[in-house]
Amino acid sequence: MTGAAPWDVALATRIIEEGRSRPGAALPILRALQECFGYVDKAAIPLIATALNISKAEVHGIVSFYHDFRPTPVDGDVLKLCRAESCQAMGCEDLVAHLAAEHRIEPDKSSPGAPLHVETVYCLGNCALSPAALLNGDPIGRLDRVRIDAIVRDARSAP
Amino acid sequence: MSVKVFIPADSAALSVGAERVAEAIAAEARRRGLDLAIVRNGSRGLFWLEPLVEVETAQGRLAYGPIAPGDVVSLFDAGFLDGGAHPKAFGRTEDIAYLKNQQRMLFARCGIIQPLSIEDYRAHSGLKGLTRALEMEPKAIVEEVVASGLRGRGGAGFPTGIKWRTVAGAVADQKYIVCNADEGDSGTFADRMLMEGDPFTLIEGMTIAAVAVGATKGFVYIRSEYPHAFRTFEAALEKARKAGLLGPRILGSNHAFDIEARLGAGAYICGEETSLLESLEGRRGQVRAKPPLPAIKGLFGQPTAINNVLSFASTPWILEHGGKAYSEFGLGRSRGTQPFQLAGNVRRGGLVELALGATIRRLVEDFGGGTMSGRKLRAVQVGGPLGSYFPDSLLDTPLDYEAMLAAKGMLGHGGIVVFDDGVDLARQARFAFEFCAKESCGKCTPCRIGSVRGVETVDKIIAGVDRGGNLALLRDLCTVLTDGSLCALGGLTPMPVISALDNFSEDFLADPPRVAAE
Repeated sequence: MTGAAPWDVALATRIIEEGRSRPGAALPILRALQECFGYVDKAAIPLIATALNISKAEVHGIVSFYHDFRPTPVDGDVLKLCRAESCQAMGCEDLVAHLAAEHRIEPDKSSPGAPLHVETVYCLGNCALSPAALLNGDPIGRLDRVRIDAIVRDARSAP
Repeated sequence: MSVKVFIPADSAALSVGAERVAEAIAAEARRRGLDLAIVRNGSRGLFWLEPLVEVETAQGRLAYGPIAPGDVVSLFDAGFLDGGAHPKAFGRTEDIAYLKNQQRMLFARCGIIQPLSIEDYRAHSGLKGLTRALEMEPKAIVEEVVASGLRGRGGAGFPTGIKWRTVAGAVADQKYIVCNADEGDSGTFADRMLMEGDPFTLIEGMTIAAVAVGATKGFVYIRSEYPHAFRTFEAALEKARKAGLLGPRILGSNHAFDIEARLGAGAYICGEETSLLESLEGRRGQVRAKPPLPAIKGLFGQPTAINNVLSFASTPWILEHGGKAYSEFGLGRSRGTQPFQLAGNVRRGGLVELALGATIRRLVEDFGGGTMSGRKLRAVQVGGPLGSYFPDSLLDTPLDYEAMLAAKGMLGHGGIVVFDDGVDLARQARFAFEFCAKESCGKCTPCRIGSVRGVETVDKIIAGVDRGGNLALLRDLCTVLTDGSLCALGGLTPMPVISALDNFSEDFLADPPRVAAE
């Protein structure tokens, strides 16, 4: 996603400092780091461990438990595609097959530099307008092949 | 005075172009030199009509939908600001059968008011429940909720008042209110819709709970898949603080209460209450063994009233009108109304609030209008990914806690997902295990390992490998998960699987797919 800052220890330390006094600080800190850098750099783990007085293993355990936290930065568009039951009933798996056949894109398998990252999610709460997705955080309902093609085209032609 | 035009800013409406419609209407009005005020409301829940544009007229609010930006010029040409006829006109919104045939209590304001206007909220009976609660003894508030018969709307169906009674009776320096807004079940969106369309109702409900049990601090745990709901709710909290609805003296009383919104990080299991508490405390979202109950030892080890969005949000109505009035709706031991959510392959998907006890068929056929594809309906999954798949022959089952249990299903959070005859229930059973494997917190073995074994076993059945033996093994595995899992994820994953086996056995016995020759 565009707009993410490059990894910066001083900035990360400041974010951790700002969040450390909140009760249950780990998640808000990790969210803030990912918000700022687009991912959670492994260099942040010892910083968080020290600030919260817990072990590095514990911090790693938290980071790896939650699906949201990315280990590497992404610079392309992010399409979170819902593949839960309601969207299955409206053909989301056909869209996945279409992405593979037409665009050679597989969900959750793109390299960090790819222009479009398709990530599997389970439910976006837009089930009356399935298939649903989030493109860079913006909701899309009644997703179809034509729209998918346009999303891929736009991502690939972005500067 | 300028004409009021309502265009929802609900994320479902936005997902089908409400923003572009709002821009197009504003631009066209400027071009024609017309004075109109665009109000960004929540959704009425008629998602099949979104983007739904409403115009305020002397006859009431008139509906036009679904509107695309390309329809806007023709709307103005038809004189829609004065209720002019148009192919997409539906007349008075209140008279649309889909809305008229509902019993809207909890969602009475959603889609009508401006979500972030406290004035609007007050003008539509907002804060009446809390005002009354503040005149009562805390104990009497709890008993009012007990009398209503309200049961946990998150899915477990535990009586809300009894839970509050336990928290109220616990002695501690600090008690907490925690709202579970980790609405992860596929086919459900009521929590999201309420937080986006009528957030003060949730704030009011949590505040009533705080006064009742003696808590001063509340948390709302919102899933990260709901970025829009999170932003709206945070904005609502800010307004509530400014208006004195939250803070050291709520509505001028001697009660202090504040709420903090926290964002999840993409883990379905955090919808399980003890896992949610772990996550709020800053750890992996692993479930806790119960007892101790969260009501006794919950967040940070303190007594905690943890409820779903809809449970808290039901209490302002109960306090305003009385528990007895609420309990007059419903069937058997299932009292009050339930916002059902119609989703999947359905023609008219949306939110339908009805007294508990309506049949699945009434929802799917009368409200839903059958499948979206126009093909034959084959299965309906009720209650999210851990709920049962029902065939047509069971659609007359009433949607209440006990009747659903008797039909080997559950009401869950009220999600209803429709499938046409293209569905393969063996694949759906496989998915139930796959989902459980991905989302398991890993704490207990039946769920962590059993889910993976389940996928493998269903794969063998689909491939035609020793079907008799593997079908028996599958049922045995399901018994282990049901009886041996620590929480509802492992404990209920067998529900979709067994219902698929029982009601759609032919799908497990179809010819195995032929492997393509290399």
